Amino acid sequence: MSKTVRSSATRTLISPVRLNQPGGRRAYWTVLVLTLAIATLVFVGPLYWMATGGFKSSQELVQTPPTIIPSHPSTHAFTEAWDRLGMAQLLLNTVVYAGGALLLQLTFCVAAAYSLSKLRPVLGNVILGMMLASMMIPAAALVIPQYLTVLDLPLVHWNLMNTPWVIWLPTVANAFNVFLLKRFFDSIPNELLDAAAIDGAGPLRTLWSVVLPLSRPILGVVSIFGLVAVWKDFLWPLITVPEHETLNVGVNTAATSMPQNTLIAGLFLASIPTIALFLVFQRNIMAGLTAGSLKG
Amino acid sequence: MTTALTRGRPDAEAVRSRDRNPGRTPGALRRAVARNLRAHAFLIGALLCFALFTWYPMVREIVMSFQKVRYGETHWVGFDNFRQIFADPEFWPAWKNTFEFTGIALFFGFFAPFVTALVVNEFRHAQGYLRILVYLPVMLPPVAGILLFKYFMDPGYGLFNQILEFLHLPTSSWLTSPDTAMLSLVLVSTWANMGSATLVYLAALQSIPGELYEAAELDGAGVLRRIWHVTIPQTRLILSLMLMLQVVATMQMFTESFVLTGGGPQGSTTTVVYMLYNYAFNFDKFNTAAALGVVLLLVLGAFSAVYLWLERRGGEE
Repeated sequence: MSKTVRSSATRTLISPVRLNQPGGRRAYWTVLVLTLAIATLVFVGPLYWMATGGFKSSQELVQTPPTIIPSHPSTHAFTEAWDRLGMAQLLLNTVVYAGGALLLQLTFCVAAAYSLSKLRPVLGNVILGMMLASMMIPAAALVIPQYLTVLDLPLVHWNLMNTPWVIWLPTVANAFNVFLLKRFFDSIPNELLDAAAIDGAGPLRTLWSVVLPLSRPILGVVSIFGLVAVWKDFLWPLITVPEHETLNVGVNTAATSMPQNTLIAGLFLASIPTIALFLVFQRNIMAGLTAGSLKG
Repeated sequence: MTTALTRGRPDAEAVRSRDRNPGRTPGALRRAVARNLRAHAFLIGALLCFALFTWYPMVREIVMSFQKVRYGETHWVGFDNFRQIFADPEFWPAWKNTFEFTGIALFFGFFAPFVTALVVNEFRHAQGYLRILVYLPVMLPPVAGILLFKYFMDPGYGLFNQILEFLHLPTSSWLTSPDTAMLSLVLVSTWANMGSATLVYLAALQSIPGELYEAAELDGAGVLRRIWHVTIPQTRLILSLMLMLQVVATMQMFTESFVLTGGGPQGSTTTVVYMLYNYAFNFDKFNTAAALGVVLLLVLGAFSAVYLWLERRGGEE
C-alpha cells in the first residue's frame, strides 16, 4: 500500500520511475479512476439493480428510462417472493445439502488424504492415481449412469432419490479435495507424528490432535469451496431432488409464474447468503483460489 | 518451506520401510497386515464414494451405450445407439453450438480476465477492492445471475437496449434471435465466471520477478514487447492450464441454455449436454443419452490427451 517508489523486486510491467514522472502520474490516476468506475458499474451495477428492483413496482421496473432510485420503495415484493417461492423451505433444503456435504467431505476426504499421505497403505499410489484420473472425466457426461446408480444403489438396492444422501455422497468423490489435503499433509513433518506415536497415540488420535490443528488453513479452503459448490450446482439437484428443491432449482422453477418485481426480489434474497459468506471469508477464498493452481 | 520440513525425513522413511517389509518373523508380518488394514480403514469411505459415483458410472456408461432396454429387458445392440445419435438432425447442430459457445467463451473468458489482471496488477491502490468486485458475481447462485441478465436483455424494456438507444447505437434482439442468442449466453457466462480466472492470473503475475522487466526495458522493449517476451512466457504454464480447464468446462455448458433460452430460438443454443439431458429426461432414452455421453467423453478425452502431449513437448524444449 506504500505510495513511494517500489523496489525492483516488486516492480511490474511499467517502471516506477515512469510512474513518478508528472505525465506518468496523471496517466496512472486516469486509468485507475476509469477502471474503478467501469468495474464498479459492470460488477456491482447489476447487483445494485437487482437489490433496488425488488423495491420497485412492476410498472416502474420496466419503464423507460429506468429509475436509479425506486420512486415509491416498498418491501411488498420481498415478502411476496419469500412466501411464493417458499424461500424458507428452499433455504433450509440448501443449507441441509451444503452442510451435510461439507461434513461428509471433511470426514472422508481428510481420512483418505491422511491415510494416503501418512499411513501409506499398499496400492495407495494406484488409488490416488485413479482418484486423480477422475478429474479428467467431464462431470456432465457421467450424469446418466450416476442418475441410474442413485435410483438403485448397487448391492444394497437403495433408492436415494429425493433424499439428502443423493447430494451428499457424490460430493465426497472429489479428487481435488483429496489432492489438496494430501499435499498439505505431506508437508507436515513425520517427526511430529512419530513423537505422537511414541506417546502412545494411535493414528486417529494423531490425526485429531496433531494433524488437524496444523491444517486449519487448508480445511478452511476445502470447506468454503465444498459449500459453494453445492450452493451453485444446478443439473444434479434438478434431476435428483425434484421434491426438495435447492434454492437454484426452486427459483428457476418458479420464475415463469411470478410478477417481475417479485422475481427480482426473490433473486436478491437467493443471492444474499453466498454474497455474505464471500464478504466475510474473502481472504480465505482468494487464498484458496490460488492454493490449488499455482506452483505448477 | 519444503526444505525445512523434509530435513530428517530419511530417518523416518527408514523406520517406515523397515516395517513395510514383511520381515522374517511372524510378528512383523502381523504388524504389517494390521498397519495396512488400519490405513485402508481410513480410506474406505472416500473409496466407496469414488467407486459408486465415478469409477462404476464410467464403466456403466460405456456398457449402457451398447445396450437397449425393451419391455424391461436389456439387449445388446452393438452400435445402434451411436448410429441413432449420428442420424439425429440435432446432433451436428448441437456440436456446432457447443463449439461456438466454447470458441466465443474462450475469446472473452480468456482475454477479459488476462487483460483485467494485467491492468489491475499495475495499480498500487484499490487492488483489494477490485479483486472483490470481479469475484462478486462468482458467488451468486448461477440461476440468480442468469435470470437477472434475462431482464437486461429483454428486447423491449431491457436495460441493455435502453443504454444502446441512449448512446444512439443499434439495439439487439439478444436472446430472441438465433443470430445473437449464443453471444448473449457467453456474455452472461463471462460476467458470472471471469472472477476466478482473473484472480489466478493476478497471483501468477505477482510471482514474476521484477528484474526481468527491468532487463527488458534496458534492452529497449516497449510495453507490448515486455508483455510478449516477459509476461506471457513467465505465466505460460498457468495460462495453458486455465485454457484447458476452460475448454473442458465450457464444452459442458448446460445451465445457461436451460434457464435462459430452453435451447432456442430454433435450436440455436441446444448444446451437447442439453441434447443429452433431453434424450434422458424428456424422451426417456437413457441408452441413447449414454452413447452421447461416451462421444462427449471421447472428444474431451482426446482434447486432454493432445493438451498433455503438447505440454510435455513444450517442457522438453
